[in-house]
Amino acid sequence: MQDRISPFLITVLAIGIAILYIPILVLIGYSFNASALVSVWGGFSTSWYTQLLHNGQILDAAWLSLRIGVAVSTGSVILGTLAAIALVRFPVFRGRFLLTGMVNAPLVMPEIITGITQLLLFVWMLHVLSWPHRGFTTIVIAHIAFCTAYVTITVQSRLQTADRSLEEAAMDLGSGPVRAFMDTTLPAIVPALASSWLLSFTLSLDDLVISSFVSGPGASTLPMVIFSKVKLGVSPDVNALASLIICLVGVCVLIAGYLMRRTERDRLRDAQLAER
Amino acid sequence: MSDAAADVIDGRNRGVNGRGKARGEWLKRNGKWFIILPPILYLLVFFLIPFAFALMISFADTAVRVPPFTDILSVSPDRHIHLSLNLGNFQYLFTDEVYGLSYVYSLKTAFFSTVICLLLGYPMAYAIARTSKSTQSVLLLVIILPFWTSFLLRVYALEGIIRETGLLNSALLWLGIIHQPLKIMHTTVAVYLGIIYSYLPFMVLPLFATLEKLDYTLREAAADLGSPPWRIFVDVTLPLSMPGIIAGSMLVFIPAIGEFVIPTLLGGPDNLMIGRVLWDEFFGNRDWPVASAVAIAFLVLLVGPIAVYQHYSTKQLEA
Repeated sequence: MQDRISPFLITVLAIGIAILYIPILVLIGYSFNASALVSVWGGFSTSWYTQLLHNGQILDAAWLSLRIGVAVSTGSVILGTLAAIALVRFPVFRGRFLLTGMVNAPLVMPEIITGITQLLLFVWMLHVLSWPHRGFTTIVIAHIAFCTAYVTITVQSRLQTADRSLEEAAMDLGSGPVRAFMDTTLPAIVPALASSWLLSFTLSLDDLVISSFVSGPGASTLPMVIFSKVKLGVSPDVNALASLIICLVGVCVLIAGYLMRRTERDRLRDAQLAER
Repeated sequence: MSDAAADVIDGRNRGVNGRGKARGEWLKRNGKWFIILPPILYLLVFFLIPFAFALMISFADTAVRVPPFTDILSVSPDRHIHLSLNLGNFQYLFTDEVYGLSYVYSLKTAFFSTVICLLLGYPMAYAIARTSKSTQSVLLLVIILPFWTSFLLRVYALEGIIRETGLLNSALLWLGIIHQPLKIMHTTVAVYLGIIYSYLPFMVLPLFATLEKLDYTLREAAADLGSPPWRIFVDVTLPLSMPGIIAGSMLVFIPAIGEFVIPTLLGGPDNLMIGRVLWDEFFGNRDWPVASAVAIAFLVLLVGPIAVYQHYSTKQLEA
């Protein structure tokens, strides 16, 4: 069967992949352009990258985005794992329907609506509770809400396939349920946790719309700075910055993909061992 | 040791054990709430309750203060609670035609981009599903990589291709196909290109998931019974891949309606999509009650497609 893929299908696949990649490759190419005119090739140069290092606004934004990303991915891995355990291990509890809905909704909710509604909450909270001030804290809180959804779904699918016999054995030998889970199942799902951490990090690093709504004066994340620059047109230092971010995200996704594939392989191996 | 002392110690031990057991029982019965409650509470407070807030503010009036809207619930000096609902914001949506036009325009743009994504994504997913397992995982990674790469940066990268002095125009001019650079930036075509380019992976991935599970023996059976290839496709492959088609279409359609970055950066002043109107209402006019009303009305329009998506994606998970 596998040797009969029509030339038509291959052509469309190639065109599709070309559409996805050519703009990114061209962008990376132009980031090494010595000429300040974005349409003229003036020879190879890394000067735009060195200029980035002297741009205080961009460095501040990058540092803010990285701090937000680390806080968000750590928070959402914790909450998302708890949610995944709840959904997989407790088939019946009050609020299960609510939790399922709240985990799935952020995936299909347009960001602009999530952003507006969260901003309204934060404004009211600041008015009544004098907390949180808009900036780092509100962006982290808002990002965790949607990243948790992605973590839950990744970890949930891994937990569903995890072999529970080891955990049951540990409990038969006298471990409490928490201890048994920590000793047996948790190590098995660590790759899934690591890959969802990385994916949350990239989601947080990329977000423009929600951050723009919930952020306050003085707190501009990297995408916000890029957006305001890009609105003015194509510029060579943004090319360099964009290339750097794309490479960072690419590395994160490749590691996450590798970890997930390894988990999948381990699972298949476990399944084969179990059959024997 | 006297008997009395032994009794005391015994009693104390029993007391400790009894209390310990009671605590163990309590933990066993209620311990799961330590796992369930944190995510539920978090998402409730920071995801669901905000929607209630938007609903509330959509019934408020604009006011010159911080936050810029009136309270809809107020307590008068004689301790009566007053509920003042202002339906004016929703009425306003019908009187000012920019809202109706931008809804319709967003729906139209999202619909046609979804159709084009489907026409391009289906053969791609089909081709990937037909390759060997090891090629599949490489190709999937190739599709997933842009899926995670920043939207903003990819839209920006596209601008580098389609602007007047961009790669596309330079190539076409050099080849002599055109003699005047094409004006693509700030037109409707650019918005379509942007959406298709950004959302294509959202279409390919769910399609691949169904096409991969497709039972190819059914196709062989149809071929053995004399069906021509196009009949096999229409009668067997297409109906069986319906869940993937619907899931993929919704994953493109729903976010495309609310798209803000693409019409702002690539579109012109005519490409007034609802996301842009919302943004301007919030940051430009600072009219929060009207913006909340637009958001709530928008959400109501989305409930249908979201329900369809949820229905088919759970079906696909069960399969």
